[in-house]
Amino acid sequence: MSLALPWPVAWQLIRGGFRRHSAYRAAALAGALTNTVFGAIKASITLGALASAGGRLAGYDAKSAMTYVWLTQALIAPVSLFVWNEVSDRVRSGDIAVDLSRPVNVQLSYLCADLGRAAFEFLPRGLPPLLVGWASTGVHIPARPLVWAAGAAGLVLGVLVSFACRFLMNVTAFWLMEIRGVQTLYLVASNIFCGLLIPVHWFPGWLRTVANATPFPSILQTPVDLISGRYSGAAAAHALLTQSLWLLAMLTAGQVALARGSRVLVVQGG
Amino acid sequence: MTEPIISTHGLTRRFARTTGRGRSRARETVTAVDGLTLRIEPGESIGYIGANGAGKSTTIKMLTGILTPTAGSVRVCGLDPVRQRKELARHIGVVFGQRSQLWWDLPLRDSFEILAAIHRLAPKQSSDRLSELSERLQLGEFLNAPVRQLSLGQRMRAEVAAALLHRPRIVILDEPTIGLDVVSKERLRQFLASERTDHGTTLLLTTHDMGDIERLCERVIVVDRGRCVHDGALADLAALVQTERILVVDLAQPHAPITDIPTARVVGCDQTGVRQTFAFSPSDTTAAEVLAAVSARAEVRDLAIEEPTIESIVRRLYEGQTR
Repeated sequence: MSLALPWPVAWQLIRGGFRRHSAYRAAALAGALTNTVFGAIKASITLGALASAGGRLAGYDAKSAMTYVWLTQALIAPVSLFVWNEVSDRVRSGDIAVDLSRPVNVQLSYLCADLGRAAFEFLPRGLPPLLVGWASTGVHIPARPLVWAAGAAGLVLGVLVSFACRFLMNVTAFWLMEIRGVQTLYLVASNIFCGLLIPVHWFPGWLRTVANATPFPSILQTPVDLISGRYSGAAAAHALLTQSLWLLAMLTAGQVALARGSRVLVVQGG
Repeated sequence: MTEPIISTHGLTRRFARTTGRGRSRARETVTAVDGLTLRIEPGESIGYIGANGAGKSTTIKMLTGILTPTAGSVRVCGLDPVRQRKELARHIGVVFGQRSQLWWDLPLRDSFEILAAIHRLAPKQSSDRLSELSERLQLGEFLNAPVRQLSLGQRMRAEVAAALLHRPRIVILDEPTIGLDVVSKERLRQFLASERTDHGTTLLLTTHDMGDIERLCERVIVVDRGRCVHDGALADLAALVQTERILVVDLAQPHAPITDIPTARVVGCDQTGVRQTFAFSPSDTTAAEVLAAVSARAEVRDLAIEEPTIESIVRRLYEGQTR
């Protein structure tokens, strides 16, 4: 099994992913509007929760909690915490045959396309909620180069971990054909455990342990923590390492599942 | 003897299928391809035909390494398709008539750029090839349009170009002309014929359109229920099933139907009696003899001989097998 994807191939696939999504700019703006509206709702609920806890909760004050709210809303699209069934649909329709008859690794080519997608969505989906948040409740991102560098690395890793998890879930279609059940379970689990609804740090101890035993905090909570400067030095390095390990584990699992799955493949529809 | 470009030995694929509902649910095994043994030399052009469900597409998927055979062996370009799928993909171009390999949301040109990168073509190589394909398949007018906006005929031409961009040694076309109008079909066939002449490409075609076979294939393999029921030259197939030939004559004067030729029978006569149609069997007589017999009875102004369509040949072959 050859896993190498030469840079020119990767670049074309990333570019393809970027351009494919940039074809639908109005959809991106509509998505940004939704993220912003939900951001406003989340901000008021979070402020309410914080007030009833006496103004501080698990290291968050009003300023850092609002930063968390608007950052999660800005990153929800790039790290794609949504339903994604492109690959499973192709397994179901048999179009996966086309992907399999190309001289490139299927998982890595989808990974590149997803990086392109995330790169496109970063500004049109990320900027509006951040600007609204900055103008309304305030968003505080420390102006320290190291924080920015760690945040950027954490975000890229978050995008990649998210892809690796979603790809693995999609590949179950080789056995299940219809993955709506898996999809729903994934969506509920990932949305809660990634820290989208409330920060993972607010979870009761036992639930935090459960969350940290999944790759989901690496998708959103960790990037947000890194960007907002919650971690620094060794803690930041540890966070990035944890993300990297999850990435490796999920990509490997996806690769193994893909190899096994294509052996049991029954190409649908002639 | 050269090494065959495709060889299979006892190639078999079975599928498990669930039938019935509720309590009567049962698993049954369907054999889609059953002990297929084939040998195809480089540069050949093969028509691979059979009814729906005969096992054509399953065979193709085993040849490209997408499906694992249940039994038997297969080698394509000297490679094991399942184990060396990605390496083999460099030598094969596949068009799945009902599936697209283009990027739906992107301009057509982008699909070619991505495919050129995937196949590791040098920039010069890929731009030369693209301009060649673009000229021959007349893609120029819609190269910059998003694929989703192309008509079916345009898209099929683009699909063929996409499959051939990397100059594969084998081109496998699964129903390439499905849904196309006559002009688009003809254009595509002309292109495939010239591509084969110029580059010595091996062509394997499955189709329901017998025009494709007649225009493009020298050898025909007929499969039925997963088994090969005929493998030979196109002409041999016609001889094997002994179909009747048709002679149509236009007479100089109206004439009553000419029914007294012993080796031919009248199967059609228009109202004026000028155009009469005769059917005869090539094993009993020749077209020339029938024509002479007609000329002896009435003056012939014009004539046409109709070859049997492969469709009728295949139908007769099936009837012969099931009888």
